[in-house]
Amino acid sequence: MGASYGKLMMWFFLLSDAFTFSGLLITYGLVRSSHQAYEGLVSTFTFSTEYWPVPEKVFEAVPFLHGYELPLVFVGIMTFILIMSSVTMVLAVEAGHRMDRKAVEKWMLWTIIGGVTFLSCQAWEWTHFIVGTGVPTMKDVFNTETGLWEQIPILGANLHVNQYGPQPFADFFFFITGFHGFHVFSGVMLNFLIYYNTVTGVYERRGHYEMVEKVGLYWHFVDLVWVFVFTFFYLV
Amino acid sequence: MAHHAHEPQVTVLPPDKAKIKKLWTVALYLLLITIVEFIIAFSVPHEYKQLRVWVFVALTIVKAGYIVGEFMHLRYEVKVLFWSILIPIIFIVWMLVAFVYEGIKMPVFQ
Repeated sequence: MGASYGKLMMWFFLLSDAFTFSGLLITYGLVRSSHQAYEGLVSTFTFSTEYWPVPEKVFEAVPFLHGYELPLVFVGIMTFILIMSSVTMVLAVEAGHRMDRKAVEKWMLWTIIGGVTFLSCQAWEWTHFIVGTGVPTMKDVFNTETGLWEQIPILGANLHVNQYGPQPFADFFFFITGFHGFHVFSGVMLNFLIYYNTVTGVYERRGHYEMVEKVGLYWHFVDLVWVFVFTFFYLV
Repeated sequence: MAHHAHEPQVTVLPPDKAKIKKLWTVALYLLLITIVEFIIAFSVPHEYKQLRVWVFVALTIVKAGYIVGEFMHLRYEVKVLFWSILIPIIFIVWMLVAFVYEGIKMPVFQ
C-alpha cells in the first residue's frame, strides 16, 4: 500500500480519536445552541445562569497581570506554544529522515519543553477558572431545613456550581479541555520515550527513525484538536 | 560498552534546506491565520454573529488543512490512505449539522 503498518495504524487510531473529540465538541454545540444566548451589548455583559456566557468575558486573565482585562490573550499564547512545538516535532522527523541523531535529540527536547509549558499554562488556567474572580453570581438553592428558596453567592466553578453561566458551560470546559490536556500529557510521555530511545541510540541501531514519525503524527493531532477547541470554545 | 564495536556505520545527510524552509512557512501561515482570527474577534461586532461563526469555521478548516496536509504529511501519502482518512470525516460533518440543528430546535432551556 506504500505506507508502513505502524503509520497506517496510527492514522486509524487518530481517526477514531477524532470521532471521540467530535463527540465532545458536537455535544457542546448541541447544548450551547439549545441555551439562551446573551442578547445585550458585550461591553455591559455580566455573568448570569440565565444565558450562555460570552467566552472572551470568561477567559480574560493572564498570569502576573492581575486586574487587567486581556480577553483571550493567555489562550492565544497557549495556541502559539502548541503550534511552535508542532514545528519542532516536524523538524525532529526531518532530522530522523537524515539519520541526524544530534538534531533529533535537539528538536525532541524542544518539543517536550513546549508540551510541558502548555500543560503548565493549562494548570494555571484551570486554577483561575475554579477559584473565580470578580463579582459572585447569585444562584437559587432550596434550603431543606427552612423549606424556602435562598440565593447564595457563587465564585468560581466546579461540576456543581458555576459562576460564569449555566452549569453545562463549566462541565464542558472541564471535560473538553481536560480530555485534550490528558492527550497532551500522554504526548509528552511518548515524546520523552522517543527522546530517550534516540539518546540511547536505539533508532540508530535500528537503521531508521520511523518511531519519531509515528509519535509525531500523534503530537500534530493534539495540536489539530486544540485548533478546533480554540475556535469552538474560546472564539465563537 | 562492548557492543560499541558492532555499531553500524551511520551516514548523516545534510539538512534539506528547501524542506525546512517550507515547514517554517507553514508555521508562519498558521500564526498569521490565528492573528487574523484575533483581529476579527475584536473588530467585527458581536451583532454579526452568523458572519463571525462562519469566518472562524472557514479559517479553522484552513488551519486544519495545513496541519494535516503538511505537518502530518497526508498530502504526500498514497491516495488510498489519503481518502480512507478523509472520507470518514463526512460522518463528523453530518453529526455536527444534525445535532446543532436539533439544539436550535430544542425548546427545553429557552
